[in-house]
Amino acid sequence: MDWSQLDLGPLWLTLKLAGVTVLVLLLAGTPIAWWLAHTRSRVKTVVEASVALPLVLPPTVLGFYLLVALGPYGVIGGPWASLTGSALAFTFTGLVIASCLYSLPFVVQPLQGAFEAVGAGPLEAAWSLRASKWDAFVTVASPLALRGYLTAMVLGFAHTLGEFGVVLMVGGNIPGKTKVISIAIFDQVESLEYEEARILSAGLLLFSFVVLLLVYTVNRRLPLHVS
Amino acid sequence: MTMLRAQFEVTYPGFRLDVDIEAPTEGAIAVFGHSGCGKTTLLRCLAGLCRAPRGSMGIGGEVWQDESRNLFLPVHRRAVGYVFQDLRLFAHLSVRSNLEYGLSRTPPGERRFDFAQVVDLLGIGHVLDRRPSRLSGGEQQRVAIGRAVLTSPRLLLFDEPLSSLDWRVRGEILPFIQRLDAVLRIPIVYVSHALGEVLQLAKTLIVMREGRVQAVGPINELLARLDLRGAIEPERLGALIDARVAGHEPEFGLTRVEFGGRPLYVPYRPRSVGDPLRVHILAKDVSLVTGGPPLQTSVLNILEGRIESIGDAEGEEPSVDVRLDVGCPLLASITKKSVSKLGLRVGQKVYAQIKALALSEDLRT
Repeated sequence: MDWSQLDLGPLWLTLKLAGVTVLVLLLAGTPIAWWLAHTRSRVKTVVEASVALPLVLPPTVLGFYLLVALGPYGVIGGPWASLTGSALAFTFTGLVIASCLYSLPFVVQPLQGAFEAVGAGPLEAAWSLRASKWDAFVTVASPLALRGYLTAMVLGFAHTLGEFGVVLMVGGNIPGKTKVISIAIFDQVESLEYEEARILSAGLLLFSFVVLLLVYTVNRRLPLHVS
Repeated sequence: MTMLRAQFEVTYPGFRLDVDIEAPTEGAIAVFGHSGCGKTTLLRCLAGLCRAPRGSMGIGGEVWQDESRNLFLPVHRRAVGYVFQDLRLFAHLSVRSNLEYGLSRTPPGERRFDFAQVVDLLGIGHVLDRRPSRLSGGEQQRVAIGRAVLTSPRLLLFDEPLSSLDWRVRGEILPFIQRLDAVLRIPIVYVSHALGEVLQLAKTLIVMREGRVQAVGPINELLARLDLRGAIEPERLGALIDARVAGHEPEFGLTRVEFGGRPLYVPYRPRSVGDPLRVHILAKDVSLVTGGPPLQTSVLNILEGRIESIGDAEGEEPSVDVRLDVGCPLLASITKKSVSKLGLRVGQKVYAQIKALALSEDLRT
């Protein structure tokens, strides 16, 4: 086996995709989770069910809808194309959008759980100590929900690493743009390149395990016990 | 005199709060009532944690809420301190950071107390670098109080602050709260379902029942009002006398106090001569003598007075309340049989006997 022949492009692309996805999801998922944790609205259950959909939908179904939506004539792809001149399907940006939807519950649910565990008590205390709502969120609720954030990041990252069906439907298999590691391995197996598939698979396995191990170790050492 | 004015009307499923209060803030205001009477809701409305759709609220010249003008200051814009029943110390911060949380958010021009002063007053200097979870219940309580005080509140609200504490620790916390009132001059509203807690503290009492104010006034007047017997814990009914320490008799373990020139013996209290001391004389501890002062009795405290009124003698209870004027109101709970035997009537001159031993401080509720 000639190691220099090994194409590491898919690995970097995968890490980039997972990283960007987690970042976007933390920004978008936090307000959703916060709202879900504190609202008394009747719409709550509808939103909760929608957020959880990617958990039960076959990735191909989600991928199919996304392909249609992101295409040059789709509800997202159309306006995007007229704005930027290029379609979303089969691009990295399209892949990020797809991954965000696909991994949404893995980020929102732990955050929601953490915010619910913190509860209204510490927030009211912070308000009574002259902290504005935003101040109280940043200085009290967020640190108290730190474990939730950690869990959300790990699950979101790991779940994006492992996605296959949605990527295949939306991203296709364009080296350097949408060819992530799971697709590359599938490719190699298809063309009977078992040696490369073995190395990539082992690499992914090892990487995932190390990340999880790291996070659980940090989580255990965290001085906070919020229950 | 600084006044607290509050008028709230708010309806929840199965509960309605409808109050209109005006009370002086010198000396603490105690809100008393049984669980579910709306005390905590009232406190939350005062703090701005709940917004009553119809209401107004202000302290001194400041208006914090006036729905007729659609004015509502959110909690963090009010100079209000809130000591929660469940404390709510920030678990992720040290005691010092908990104390500094509100202080650092208080504009320097509004700060009236400094960190060292409050830490010293509350005796929490030795725990500053610990996490709240490593403190005893009493220490946590004092940190929660200090954290609120350091925001220099114009109004400090206490929601059942002693209910989570062992009764031995309660006696340790109350003097701190009294000091806030006496030394720092912070207007206090103190909610409790245990009258015993507020007897030493409050000057004004608000009695609540089913979301309404049943009575409001000076605590000593309300406690001696026969018509509030049903609203106030009957066993707490009696006279509250603001006396001064006149001297000690260590050989007998007694402290002598005076009110209106009359002496009263109580079990020894570690106070200096001249200090104010509030003595609670329960109606059930007072007995009456007619026909001249009792000459040979073990009872140390004998007060001369006149019968002002005699309570309702109907019902099956064997006892009836007699209200005397001994320079201040005094209640005696005696048997109907005695009233009949002695032929007691309004205006009659009698002598009230109170055992000194009955006048000990007791915070068990």
